[in-house]
Amino acid sequence: MGKRGRNLHRDIILKFNFDSVRFMEYFFELLLGGLTRGSIYALIALGYTMVYGIIELINFAHGEIYMIGAFTALIVASLLTIYGFHGVSILILASVAAVIYSSAYGFTIEKIAYKPLRRAPRLSPLISAIGMSIFLQNYVRLAQTSDFLPFPSLIPEFGFMRDYEHIFSSAELVIFIAAALIMAMLTFLVKLTRMGMAMRASAQDRKMAMLSGVDVDRVISVTFITGSALAAVGGVLIASHIGQINFSIGFIAGIKAFTAAVLGGIGSIPGAVLGGFFLGWAESFATGYVSSDYEDVFAFALLVLILIFKPEGLIGRSKANKV
Amino acid sequence: MINFSDIKKSLLISVWFMFLTFPIMVIRVNPIDKIVEWRWLNMILVGAASFIASFAWKHYFDKKEKGKSVKTFLKSGHTVFINNIADKKRFRLSFAFILFASAIIFPFIFSAYQVNIITTALVYVVLGLGLNIVVGIAGLLDLGYVAFYAVGAYSYGLLNHHFGLGFWAVLPAGALIAALFGILLGFPVLRLRGDYLAIVTLGFGEIIRITLENWNEFSSGPSGIANIQRPSLFGLELSLQSAAVYIYFLMIALTLFTVFVVKRLQNSRIGRAWLALREDETACEAMGINKTKTKLSAFALGATWAGMMGVMFAAKTTFINPASFTFHESAMILSIVVLGGMGSVSGVTAAAFVLILLPEYLRAFSDFRMLFFGAILVIMMIFRPQGLVSGARRAYRFNKADDKI
Repeated sequence: MGKRGRNLHRDIILKFNFDSVRFMEYFFELLLGGLTRGSIYALIALGYTMVYGIIELINFAHGEIYMIGAFTALIVASLLTIYGFHGVSILILASVAAVIYSSAYGFTIEKIAYKPLRRAPRLSPLISAIGMSIFLQNYVRLAQTSDFLPFPSLIPEFGFMRDYEHIFSSAELVIFIAAALIMAMLTFLVKLTRMGMAMRASAQDRKMAMLSGVDVDRVISVTFITGSALAAVGGVLIASHIGQINFSIGFIAGIKAFTAAVLGGIGSIPGAVLGGFFLGWAESFATGYVSSDYEDVFAFALLVLILIFKPEGLIGRSKANKV
Repeated sequence: MINFSDIKKSLLISVWFMFLTFPIMVIRVNPIDKIVEWRWLNMILVGAASFIASFAWKHYFDKKEKGKSVKTFLKSGHTVFINNIADKKRFRLSFAFILFASAIIFPFIFSAYQVNIITTALVYVVLGLGLNIVVGIAGLLDLGYVAFYAVGAYSYGLLNHHFGLGFWAVLPAGALIAALFGILLGFPVLRLRGDYLAIVTLGFGEIIRITLENWNEFSSGPSGIANIQRPSLFGLELSLQSAAVYIYFLMIALTLFTVFVVKRLQNSRIGRAWLALREDETACEAMGINKTKTKLSAFALGATWAGMMGVMFAAKTTFINPASFTFHESAMILSIVVLGGMGSVSGVTAAAFVLILLPEYLRAFSDFRMLFFGAILVIMMIFRPQGLVSGARRAYRFNKADDKI
């Protein structure tokens, strides 16, 4: 995320680091910054975990869906700005467009790249997913641009937050609240609706769900659409917060969100949220107190360590290998 | 054949894709100058292309569904042709001879530029064959293969820079160091399977690249290492032109060596153990195969070739930096293996040539190269998961007559 901005921030902070008040402030800044980061990771991680729960596939293209969401939002927001719209209406319209398009992409990708491979060996859909991810990245690169594009800051600044702006900005507050709301909605969808029940049934045992009359293909489609919509919201929020996007943002964000999903235990929805926050904090503190040069290495190293020592994650269950 | 409902369906599909690609393909805004560019032509192109593609998709998909049994599928169309010529020994010999002769003559006819391109293609042939050991034969999806390539390249770059070691000393050393890294990666991931393994190797590759980028004292960061020595011929310094030819011949020799070794490995005891590992890990262990040894040897032997090619790459370009070792490189090598056919030596060789030379010679196409690689991975997995040339397995036939002794 905005490397230059954060480095600058760190340098300023380091100057005052000796002051203990400043020290606490810095700590809280990192804590809350990690919370924001974590809620974005959680939003994207939910898509991974839901898809993995049902079809046991790492949807490599999920990060690209997030990127496409951000791009769609940027295009719509710029158009609206040019045609004279203002403030919150742009944020809402751009988010809606991003959600619609990301969901459409998620749906189509599943139909093209994964559905024909339902019964193929495990490696095949994975390779297909990697191919899809590379394809989408380059599709956006060729159709749009390979440069970083400035993203308008769509989230308004609140008056009551003015005194705390240096520790916790309004944008961060909005991100956190929006993420929490969406996760609550998702919990409602999964726990209390008919579709959610079908989702849980398919995740438990796809064949048995099919036998009990669940339209598994539809459930999978809905899962992809929901996951993509969440990623799109994450994309819009973070892009507006950081202020720039390009075609490759999905790759790193995707891997980090996947790390979050694995951290919490892949396939588990509360796990993804927990993993997201955990990763957000780990990264925030590591970059704040150690070094920001290796920001991405922390996430990767964490991922590798978790997969090696506790592959079932924080609250996941381990599964026995079957022949 | 083509009826009304098919056309209606394809029309719907093309409308859907026009909708889907609308914001990205049609609109381009410049947020700074506030200019909007509407590219309606793209929309028409997308519509037409998806209309045609949907027919092709349906056609090939139906064909695949019909020929579900692998045998009939394999024997359809041109595969028969390829397999047949591959079977005829005389033809194969003469073909190999012609290929060899033209490879020898090539650098004396064409310019150094052309020679360099072929050398690059050969580097990818060897990389493809190396990854083929890990992915194709042993079935371990390694997405960080480029890390070993980087290890080899930096071994040569650093050893040459600090200690003045020459190409010939570092070639085996680079291979060895890469193999060590392979084992280093292999140990922690022994327990992981399939998709988790893919992610961890991907992370490993990125960790190596980011470390090279940031550890300035060690690798001089993003600016890389320049002025690396070219290989010398018995202590002779060669001119630029003849160095290109020299490296070309070195690469030919190395490629032949690789093909030989990989072929031998494939049918060896360890090669069959790899195949068993690919088919079913648990069953393979139950058959008394040492999983640790088998997995580690696959990683180490795969990495060896990448390390050697890294040394070669550094010697060829005389300049290396971390930007040459991104995930895209790994993806490219993976596409070569997938297109060629996992486990097939001739397929991987052909695929490397096609995928490297095509974008080189069709300049207009080179921008689309990564797009194309991505599409290849998807399309191959759906329509031809065994690749263009499916790897032949050594089969032990059981004859009824033998049984009646």
